[in-house]
Amino acid sequence: MEMPLPDPAILAKKSSLVERLRAVLPGDAVISDEAETRAYECDALTAYRCPPLCAVLPSSTEQVAAVLRICHEMGVPVVPRGSGTSLAGGALPTADCVILGVARMNAVLETDYNNRFIRVQTGRTNLSVSGAVEEENFFYAPDPSSQLACAIAGNIAMNSGGAHCLKYGVTTNNLMGVTMVMMDGTVVEIGGAHLDAPGLDLLGVICGSEGQLGVVTEATLRILRKPEGARPVLMGFDSNEVAGACVSDIIKAGVLPVAIEFMDRPCIEACEAFAQAGYPMCEALLIVEVEGSEAEIAHQLGLIKEIAARHNPVELREAKDADEAGRIWLGRKSAFGAMGQINDYMCLDGTIPVSELPFVLRRIGELSREYGLDVANVFHAGDGNMHPLILFNANEPGQLELCEALGAEILKLCVEVGGCLTGEHGVGIEKRDLMLHQYSDADLEAQMAVKDVFDPQWLLNPAKVFPLSVSQARRAPRPAAA
Amino acid sequence: MAVKPENEAELSAGVAGARGPLRVQGGGTRGFQGAGELLETGGLAGIELYEPGALTLVAGAGTPLAEIEAALEAEGQRLAFEPMDHRGLMGTGGEPTIGGVVAANVSGPRRIQVGACRDHLLGVRFVDGTGQVISNGGRVMKNVTGYDLVKLMAGSWGTLGVLSQVSLKVLPKPETQATLAVEIADAGTAVRALSAALGSPFEVSGAAHAEGQALVRIEGFEGSVSYRAGRLAEVLAPFGAVREVAEGAALWTGIRDVLAFHGVPGDVWRISVKPGDTAAAVADFGTGQIVLDWGGGLIWALVPEGTDLRARLRVPGHATLVRAAAGTRARIGMFHPESAPLARIAEGLRARFDPRGIFNPGLMSAPVGA
Repeated sequence: MEMPLPDPAILAKKSSLVERLRAVLPGDAVISDEAETRAYECDALTAYRCPPLCAVLPSSTEQVAAVLRICHEMGVPVVPRGSGTSLAGGALPTADCVILGVARMNAVLETDYNNRFIRVQTGRTNLSVSGAVEEENFFYAPDPSSQLACAIAGNIAMNSGGAHCLKYGVTTNNLMGVTMVMMDGTVVEIGGAHLDAPGLDLLGVICGSEGQLGVVTEATLRILRKPEGARPVLMGFDSNEVAGACVSDIIKAGVLPVAIEFMDRPCIEACEAFAQAGYPMCEALLIVEVEGSEAEIAHQLGLIKEIAARHNPVELREAKDADEAGRIWLGRKSAFGAMGQINDYMCLDGTIPVSELPFVLRRIGELSREYGLDVANVFHAGDGNMHPLILFNANEPGQLELCEALGAEILKLCVEVGGCLTGEHGVGIEKRDLMLHQYSDADLEAQMAVKDVFDPQWLLNPAKVFPLSVSQARRAPRPAAA
Repeated sequence: MAVKPENEAELSAGVAGARGPLRVQGGGTRGFQGAGELLETGGLAGIELYEPGALTLVAGAGTPLAEIEAALEAEGQRLAFEPMDHRGLMGTGGEPTIGGVVAANVSGPRRIQVGACRDHLLGVRFVDGTGQVISNGGRVMKNVTGYDLVKLMAGSWGTLGVLSQVSLKVLPKPETQATLAVEIADAGTAVRALSAALGSPFEVSGAAHAEGQALVRIEGFEGSVSYRAGRLAEVLAPFGAVREVAEGAALWTGIRDVLAFHGVPGDVWRISVKPGDTAAAVADFGTGQIVLDWGGGLIWALVPEGTDLRARLRVPGHATLVRAAAGTRARIGMFHPESAPLARIAEGLRARFDPRGIFNPGLMSAPVGA
């Protein structure tokens, strides 16, 4: 993966930069020692690493503003970082950048059950937002798999989703307002506890902008009352096509489950070996979860089972209690861990129209054989968000490149059938160069025009989202050193 | 002279060749009288793709809303964000188009449960101020591929570009609905009752206050609705006698379209605040008739002509002038002023997407009288 060469002029002024940063931050909040900056050399896309010039860990919006003012004046790029769980390299440093980590900003600022929102600093982890409102039986809906570790800041940057977004939507649908620091240090308030914008929907464009428009330091998030109960049903089918048709029929019937998860045979086998969840050995497995009171759950599951029965399932298992429900989810939730134990893997995130599911799975199988790399599929079927896991051996020369080439083929396939490159992980560096398959030059130009307005010098999170060739002209002329 | 392109290429050529301001119009149901040559999108009509099993619909921006709703109805689906029909309130004719709905991010009572129009908008195609065709988003439910210009276009009132095509997430239409009503006179108590309902696990899809009644709607399968209606009646009991309304569906259409103000003289404002601030906001207005939606967070206010409620709004939020004489609109503008840095960003975006400033000039950026 090509990254821009570091600017020697910036590297040369490291000591004056660090000195200025130390003047506005507590002593332990500026990390400039080369050994220590290594902690920030990558995110969860570990194949690419590059220690930053230095890292800062501010603890307030004012400190973030002070840092950005200095970097803006000195023309130093800034890479914002939540918890560093991005699978797309969204927080990959450049050698001439300052990593701005929000990890120390994890406070709950306001909780309001009557108006159903919580305001937090964005370094707070996703799960601990729900944790903060749990005692009143409320929760924060988006639930990415990494929710134990990932920060709200990163969720906003990548517009994260999760297994339950079929019903509750993704981050952008649950984000009501932000406090954001612009690259020049200006602090802006957008949205809040009221709904919708008075003018242009800037909140909508900031969410999912991968930290390239500003550093979000505080967020107002919608919280919801927990449902009375939830229960999954597990269904096995003897072909991907049949399972795909079943998903479509469930949706058409007017049932809207909170989650419909899909696993194919390679994934089922790996999960079973790892977690012994008692999954049936079959070609495709669906986990469908519904919510409500006991009677409501029974009614919805009745309808779902009736639809499933028309597709001759090889297995139909309804959880009778919490323990059984836990076991149904166990395999799915350990899917990534299971894969990680067998092999190195690359997790893709393309999204397709649900109707194209059988075709796309068949094509992925063909591509997998062509490239000689196994692919296991586990994904959110209700909304077409696929997570093909390509298995490879990182220690064998050439395998990473082969894996990336197969990944690119699969993502192009997603675009060809009317889908997109990424549903919830973001573009980062990983899918940057594939953007031209999804968008025309004019489409990308329009997106870059937004960046021009928010960050005219293109200092925030450089070399992400847009192909380097396309953003070259904008990135090149860095302002002279202050 | 009016321009009415029949396809995207004509739209693009028409914009590129425009020599002055354009007034972009879908069905014309909101009665704007802005400056410039009329550009009608009604020719860009037709449903291009509808996949009920994938919950997605793609249509030309000029497609009549009624045509879309009929197609969805035939499959037992709907636009869940419940867009209002402005004709009754505005006293206008015309045919609402989906592009018009999207351009103003029009969302009805169900906004509190399922989100706004922008939350159901999956993709757009539009023509910018230079005539360039731009596509963003797509027709899938989850998409973080590049910046979300889809949201930016929703609610941009045609000031950044002219929509040519939109793709939408649709949802199943529930089997049935039930509406509970409690007599409550004052806004503060009504909001507390609505908050109690919305804070329950019973999935309220409408929470309004009109003509002395707090109204709560639930939707779903028959058995589920009757169960939740019973449980919600318990939640609402401390606020007064709870009864079930017979003509619930029609009642919510009336809330959605602000039926109470149809044909009644006066200006109409639409104010969005935190529900807990509503009672204070209404007291500060000091005048007029009020209808509350969105659990109290949306205030519809009917006030004497020329009253500027923005100046009286002291809690966080925003007010939009929806209905007023053309002269009043021209004099005070429709939108709420933004903070200086946000206004700068908005102007910067307009300058980039519409460098000649030809789309609905002054509509969103008009100077606001204090």
